[in-house]
Amino acid sequence: MSGDVAVLGVGMHPWGKWGRPFVSYGVAAARAALADAGVDWKDVDFIVGGETVRNGYGGYVAGSTMARALGWNGARVATCYAACASGSAAIEAARTRILAGLCDLALVVGADTTPKGFLAPNAGERWDDPDWLRFRLIGATNPAFFGLYARRRMDLYGAGPADFAAVKVKNSRHGVHNPNARYRKEVSAEDVMASPVVSDPLRLLDICATSDGAAAVVLGSAAAVRKLGSAARVRIRSVSTVTPRFPNTAVDLPDIATDSAATVTAPAIGFRESIAAAAYEEAGLGPQDLSLAEVYDLSTALELDWYEDIGLCARGEAEKLLHEGATTIGGRVPVNTSGGLACFGEAVPAQAISQVCEVTWQLRGQAGARQVDGARVGLTINQGLFGHGSCVILST
Amino acid sequence: MTTAVPVIDGWFTIDEPPTLLGRRCTECGTYQFPPTGSWCPNPGCISEDMETVPLSATGTVWSYTDAQYQPPPPYVSRNDPYQPFAIAAVELEREQIIILGQVADGFGVGDLRVGSTVELVVEPLETDGETVKLVWRWRPVVSGEAGDAR
Ligand SMILES: [Zn+2]
Repeated sequence: MSGDVAVLGVGMHPWGKWGRPFVSYGVAAARAALADAGVDWKDVDFIVGGETVRNGYGGYVAGSTMARALGWNGARVATCYAACASGSAAIEAARTRILAGLCDLALVVGADTTPKGFLAPNAGERWDDPDWLRFRLIGATNPAFFGLYARRRMDLYGAGPADFAAVKVKNSRHGVHNPNARYRKEVSAEDVMASPVVSDPLRLLDICATSDGAAAVVLGSAAAVRKLGSAARVRIRSVSTVTPRFPNTAVDLPDIATDSAATVTAPAIGFRESIAAAAYEEAGLGPQDLSLAEVYDLSTALELDWYEDIGLCARGEAEKLLHEGATTIGGRVPVNTSGGLACFGEAVPAQAISQVCEVTWQLRGQAGARQVDGARVGLTINQGLFGHGSCVILST
Repeated sequence: MTTAVPVIDGWFTIDEPPTLLGRRCTECGTYQFPPTGSWCPNPGCISEDMETVPLSATGTVWSYTDAQYQPPPPYVSRNDPYQPFAIAAVELEREQIIILGQVADGFGVGDLRVGSTVELVVEPLETDGETVKLVWRWRPVVSGEAGDAR
């Protein structure tokens, strides 16, 4: 299809707690993606960086930081920040510029170096910043929000800690086979249940860590594909970067309160579900078409919410889907074949890009021991703080 | 002499009975909390006339959790060693809004269920010299009757 943008190359720097400058990971990922694409950096005419907010000015201008690190080549530049959704916002910037006919070869890079422990707000007294206020007034960390979602699944659907642990067990088995994952060890349900409670009902091993890492993709126009030769290419079928619709009645990080639905009826579907719905509509595809999905498992319980949000099953049925093995490699629609955040830990500006890397390897049949047989269509999804949708659908 | 003040101005009252303060659009009636906007959040309304109104003092639990580890700054722990506290997201029926808050002292996740009733209280969040800083909290209504907990 002429309206599609091709994924020419993908590359990652392994996730870990390496303690080096984020730029070094970004360069490694970018060079890997360029080599994978068979594209020379000097021919790239647009570079987009996913911003990192914890690495000083160089992180705020990640696009140009990466361009400079790779050696100035005159490419147009942009930097995107959309919290956890930064990577897909960056991909969308590159894709739309290609679709507009304004560039042929785009490099998208996200890289991060993260501090230890809870993600805390930036320093200083900021009484008008909701992200600061939720810590100051309530002590509501990110895991506290994940705990709220998890507890709701328990009280509404009868889910339990053993169900959540089973998500971790599955993802750890997937991640064992991923050389880019930080944690490559099988975890048992007993390990999860024996780890300390962080935010009831979630335990330490239910919640993803924060990591250093980088991911990059090279995207190309139809003209670029012709020039590079006739090899089959993975295509981006849609990107959804939707915002919520008023009233957004979902309890969302980092807000202390939802919108009020007293005067305007809430939308028929919630924000997370609407992210996927927009991507399906743009791609002309549906959940039944998926061979696999990469979903943002900030917590084990949240992965179950995503099953329902992307339409793999009805509300309240995610635990059943999980226990049937449908979302395990070899099942009907494997989820988080990469190992997910459970095995990676979150590297904010790189994470959405890494999801696209995994789906690309799967669609090319290059995922090794993680390979989903006959993978044709894959979906990546996440959500960034402050109302950022993030969903990419790719196909062979 | 100690004085008690709200930790943040204009979000809640501290006289008995305390209430959260929201804003309400005089044009379309949409509520807002925190009361920080000076225009209506409803995209179908361009009113900039938001009146300050007390919000319902009881609500139903949307969900709940706790903080077993001390949250990072700017959270200030009142206790040393740190004592875990619970957090509830509470739905107010009239306003159709969900508001987060800590759960009142002495109550934990075991005292809550999705759908159970809680009422608003103000309690010390921290003590800064002679000044006690108060915050809104949600207290489980044990008897099923607001104002009669414990
Ligand atoms: Zn209004």
